Amino acid sequence: MRRRRHSAPLLTATALLGGAALTLTGCAAGSSDESAATDELTGRGPITYVSSPDASGAAQKSIDVWNAEHPDEQVEWIELPLDADQQRQQLAQNAQIESDAYSVLNLDVVWTSEFAANRWIVPLPDDALPTDDLIPATVDAATYSDTLFAAPYYTDGALLYSRTDLLTAAGVTEPPTTWDDLRAACDKVLALPEAQGMSCYAGQFDKNEGLTVNFSEAVASAGGTLFTEDGRPDVDTPEAKAALQFLVDGFADGTIPEEAITFQEEQGRQAFQDGKLVFLRNWPYIFKSLSAEDGSSAVAGKFGVSPIPGAEEAGVSTLGGRNLAIAANAENKATALEFIQFFTGQEQEEARLELSSRAPVYGSFFEDEAVTAKYPYLPTLLTSLENAQPRPKVVKYGETTAVIQDEVYAAITGDKSVEDALADLQSELESLAG
Amino acid sequence: MTAVPTAPTIRTPRTGSRTPGEGRRAALLLSPTFLVLALVILYPLISAFHQSLYSSESGLDAQGFVIEGDVFVGLGNYLEIFAGAESGRFYNALGNTTFFTFTSVALETVIGVAFAVAMNRAFRGRAFLRAAVLVPWAIPTAVSGLLWRWIFQADGIANALSGQQVLWTAEGFASQVAVITAEVWKTAPFIGLLVLAGMQIIPEEVYEAAKLDGAGAWRQFRSITLPLVKPALLVAVLFRLLDALRMFDLPFVLIGPRKSSVETLSILAWDSSNQLQYGAASAFSIVLLVYVAVIAFVFVKLLGADVAGAGEQRRLRRAAAKRGGVR
Repeated sequence: MRRRRHSAPLLTATALLGGAALTLTGCAAGSSDESAATDELTGRGPITYVSSPDASGAAQKSIDVWNAEHPDEQVEWIELPLDADQQRQQLAQNAQIESDAYSVLNLDVVWTSEFAANRWIVPLPDDALPTDDLIPATVDAATYSDTLFAAPYYTDGALLYSRTDLLTAAGVTEPPTTWDDLRAACDKVLALPEAQGMSCYAGQFDKNEGLTVNFSEAVASAGGTLFTEDGRPDVDTPEAKAALQFLVDGFADGTIPEEAITFQEEQGRQAFQDGKLVFLRNWPYIFKSLSAEDGSSAVAGKFGVSPIPGAEEAGVSTLGGRNLAIAANAENKATALEFIQFFTGQEQEEARLELSSRAPVYGSFFEDEAVTAKYPYLPTLLTSLENAQPRPKVVKYGETTAVIQDEVYAAITGDKSVEDALADLQSELESLAG
Repeated sequence: MTAVPTAPTIRTPRTGSRTPGEGRRAALLLSPTFLVLALVILYPLISAFHQSLYSSESGLDAQGFVIEGDVFVGLGNYLEIFAGAESGRFYNALGNTTFFTFTSVALETVIGVAFAVAMNRAFRGRAFLRAAVLVPWAIPTAVSGLLWRWIFQADGIANALSGQQVLWTAEGFASQVAVITAEVWKTAPFIGLLVLAGMQIIPEEVYEAAKLDGAGAWRQFRSITLPLVKPALLVAVLFRLLDALRMFDLPFVLIGPRKSSVETLSILAWDSSNQLQYGAASAFSIVLLVYVAVIAFVFVKLLGADVAGAGEQRRLRRAAAKRGGVR
């Protein structure tokens, strides 16, 4: 660039290019509020299934079965990154550029509202799913604005893992149903000589989605909700105070060990598995590694599961899991719908449970004796799911969960008082709601 | 990042002035390069700047569906960054970025130079040491982030060795220390190797002469080694500065997103784009770009880092002039 004289034509060319770039992005920015035709799901042919990786290989098996039966309507799997935030971003970007590359989307239950409100996914016909056979909370999590937008794929709820061996030794026969029970049980267990060096209780308190889960669960378990029926934030309430106070007090008096502030799912599992905790709130998926008989688990055969405790009565779990939906810009929507029906159908769910231990969305499984013999936590999980609450059903879920994490984390690390944190959270959520 | 412009590129000696046709031909021959540069650098830049002037507006209609559209807000996104309600978060991230950059680059320069001095000596196993030193640099940052997370977790090695219960991966100063430790561990070898390359072209006779004059090891280092490796060192430090200013993966993986004590400008930009606020995200990126450019400019001006080899050219020219005079 030292010899400017000769680069003048080049500069013109670049300026033109730049101009073209401006026009291009200008177009892209302005034209995305046409609503997709949502009523008819037409078109048959090859489709894609866009999902998080599945290490168990169970989903691929289902797809193989479908592909063998439908030679003209093949399903191709597009695998997304493991990280949930990245999955969401990739799916949202694809919707924003109105690409038809993605047909069937595998959505975390908490994204469903956002995708539905943005019309990135289409409503499903009323008779598309056997909704009466499904666990009601899962259907609720797939519904937005009274319309079913997705099919529940698998579900997840909270369980309280407890050291039954120590509880028995301390003379506690029943798993705790309230927070006071939990503390009382801990007091007895921790007085035992064999419980030396142990802590009472932990959940997921690191600053990520797990904290939102644990907090909204605590609020629901104290009888409150984060949002009212019509979607207004409502966190500056006595119930939310009781819930946050439970967590803050837990950290202050050592009921919750100090290091639990760094716990995500895996760190908590490790601590419980190493025998450092009496109680742990976690998802069903850790059941398998806790019961491992190969010596990796110090608690195999010594632990039990129960529904999580609450303030006055048994607690209310947060609902986890995944839904399948049809992308608004997809072609061959008729095939997509049929594939979803096949994929989330009873037969495939049953076949997959074998491989993936993801909880099916059909209530009947949880009471099937052959199944529960193998997965003894399923009946408890069903209890947990029957009154489970979805996380906030809001359109801007990403920002909502971010401010919840900010304020709750500030409170449990002692940066803010419980009152201030909740008052700030309320005003921030209000400004997000607009 | 491996190509390092320490050695001057070979230049054909220029004699006399160019013919008029020569310049035009040069422009013609270079134009594909400029076209590619325009496509891969200028276009994204202009596009990002353009995007930063818009804000996505969203409201909900009666049925709860999003009414969306991008609105032109001019410099609104920038105003929001510098003076808006969330500006505290921006200044915090700016402070963190600056703090991480200067602390870690200072530490890794000192350690890197020490590495280089150690490796420049002839001793048994020198080759092995050189290869071993490169390992941290070769590991992808995200992987070393995970590695250090494992070391720093509540029941990790760091706490076991020190016998303390420090919660490194929570908030606060401890997490900043964790990030800087991992960063220095990873990048000191880079500086070490560049400086070593610079040291190896210093002729041995210079040191022998210094020894005869009675200069001690420290004096030799200060008066010979340091001035002679200065060009290489400055380029290495500049590279590290630019790299550290856009630090993202290490605090992100090691401590986690949106932890205010380790949030950098890049993480802030990522967070905005993750919330689908591409206008704000672009504005953050442009601000970061300007910041990086300013730091690079100041660094080059103040310390005279010879990035483009201009000094080398001047020296050659002077030498040529001297030869001409002698003749």
